[in-house]
Amino acid sequence: MQTGLDPGLEAERKTHAERAAQTASVAQAQRATQTAGALVTESAVRVSAVSRAYAGNDGSPVRALADITLHAATGELLAVVGPSGCGKTTLLELICGLQRSDSGSIECAPAALMPQRDLLLPWLSAVDNAALALRIARVPRAQARERAAEMFAELGLAGFERAHPYELSGGMRQRVAFVRTLLSGKQLLCLDEPFGALDAITRAEMHAWLADALEHEPRTVVLVTHDVEEAVVLADRVAVISPRPGRVVQELEVGLKRPRVRTDPEVVALREQALAALEQGRRRGRELGQKQGPEPAQWPEREPGLGQERAR
Amino acid sequence: MRRRVLDTLPAVVLVIVLLGAWELYVDLGSVNTLVLPAPHEIAVSLWENAGLLASNLKPTAEEVVLGIALALASGFALAIAIHLSPMLRRAVYPLAVGSQAVPIAVIAALLIFWWGFGILPKLVVVTLICFFPVLVTTVDGLAGVDPEQLKLLRTLDASRWQALRFAELPAALPAAISGARIALTVAVIGAYIAESQTATTGAYAGLGHEINADLTALQTPRAYAAALVLFVFAIACFYTLALLERRLAPWAHRSRGAFR
Repeated sequence: MQTGLDPGLEAERKTHAERAAQTASVAQAQRATQTAGALVTESAVRVSAVSRAYAGNDGSPVRALADITLHAATGELLAVVGPSGCGKTTLLELICGLQRSDSGSIECAPAALMPQRDLLLPWLSAVDNAALALRIARVPRAQARERAAEMFAELGLAGFERAHPYELSGGMRQRVAFVRTLLSGKQLLCLDEPFGALDAITRAEMHAWLADALEHEPRTVVLVTHDVEEAVVLADRVAVISPRPGRVVQELEVGLKRPRVRTDPEVVALREQALAALEQGRRRGRELGQKQGPEPAQWPEREPGLGQERAR
Repeated sequence: MRRRVLDTLPAVVLVIVLLGAWELYVDLGSVNTLVLPAPHEIAVSLWENAGLLASNLKPTAEEVVLGIALALASGFALAIAIHLSPMLRRAVYPLAVGSQAVPIAVIAALLIFWWGFGILPKLVVVTLICFFPVLVTTVDGLAGVDPEQLKLLRTLDASRWQALRFAELPAALPAAISGARIALTVAVIGAYIAESQTATTGAYAGLGHEINADLTALQTPRAYAAALVLFVFAIACFYTLALLERRLAPWAHRSRGAFR
């Protein structure tokens, strides 16, 4: 069994991350010299004309992304909305350096991934799970715990530091996973349907909580979701993606004040607009599929353990 | 406490029913008591030979317990090496499988030649028999870690070693202990075989040795009493390992949900 740790890709990912860290610190210095309230324009993520295909379960090629172009400015929350299986997870894995694109380029700061499932380690307490990135960075255990515990207090997890994942509710586990992502110290966060598995009430709570958390700890966020409402409530900008192979159908600016309520007329109007774009993408995808006929014969080998989107 | 008593009730009832049937079968004269002694004869023999059996249990118990511990350690270590090196896996796995098929009698003389008449050759036999289940379950446990989990660790810049330390080793621990529980059942037989095949100096040579001597001397009830001691000892070891697993890997027993 390969564990999917391709040394070449790993080395490339490391140098890529180092380079990005340098540009990020330069960008930070520049931003510090800007006057407060000035518009932040430099991109934290720039995805240019990226395509990606991989082998499906029956061996035939699956085109996950086709010629997709996206960007997110520093400090911005970009929501990427699309139907299930439109290559959203692939997009995040590309940004996080877990996969290589077939063509096109990706420039971005080092990114931390918050996966769809919380993936907390069952043998670690909540606080140790949250501090995982610090422990990996060889911060001493006591110090790592202390820093994670500080975040717990802020995020309504106080008193649950020593609890194990199986003792926590879904919403709390998700919050611990978010603390873990924040403590990675990466300035770019990739959230992959982080609230998809939660019930409606908990999800609404988590939306309010995420908006609040980002206000305290500003980061650039790429949020992938199939929930149009979630996208409009949380994001600065929404990119609507077509079904596989994913490409951008429309980008919507959400210039609304926070906190937003899902029943606000503006929110509802934007939601409808995004839904219309989704529908348009679906129709166009079908037409394109008919016109183009079969998939291209040339497609890359799938890297072991990677690129395989899980069947949902 | 009440709950505990109720939990053991089915096993107790089953044992009583089986013993009753056994006693009836022998008492009705269906079989020579030198071939199959009645339960009450075995009980009497157990009572009269308690000291002898206890003294013989000691070396056998040492062989089994130390053998399991050695098998756990060596199986776990080899599993990690195999997990990290596909080449080693291809080299070692067939040999490990084959080693299980070698009758101990074939190598008994060699073991005595190398390690003499003490506990060591017996330990080697028990370890040889037991390490395989540990190896297989641990290799599967290491490979069974969610690939998504490993991806996540990579985005947190974990090295190969850190992925092993934070995700794979803890995940494999309950698997290794499960392997040891499977191994335990063969460990007792392994100790018996080891005592039968290798010679011993000293007063008490172990229960396996005792059983063989009693069977030859037509002391069948005592041989059965000795087997009964092994029977109880195996059960005790099995539940001790289960307890150890609960202590070392409590997460493996939570959230198993509905069908408990």
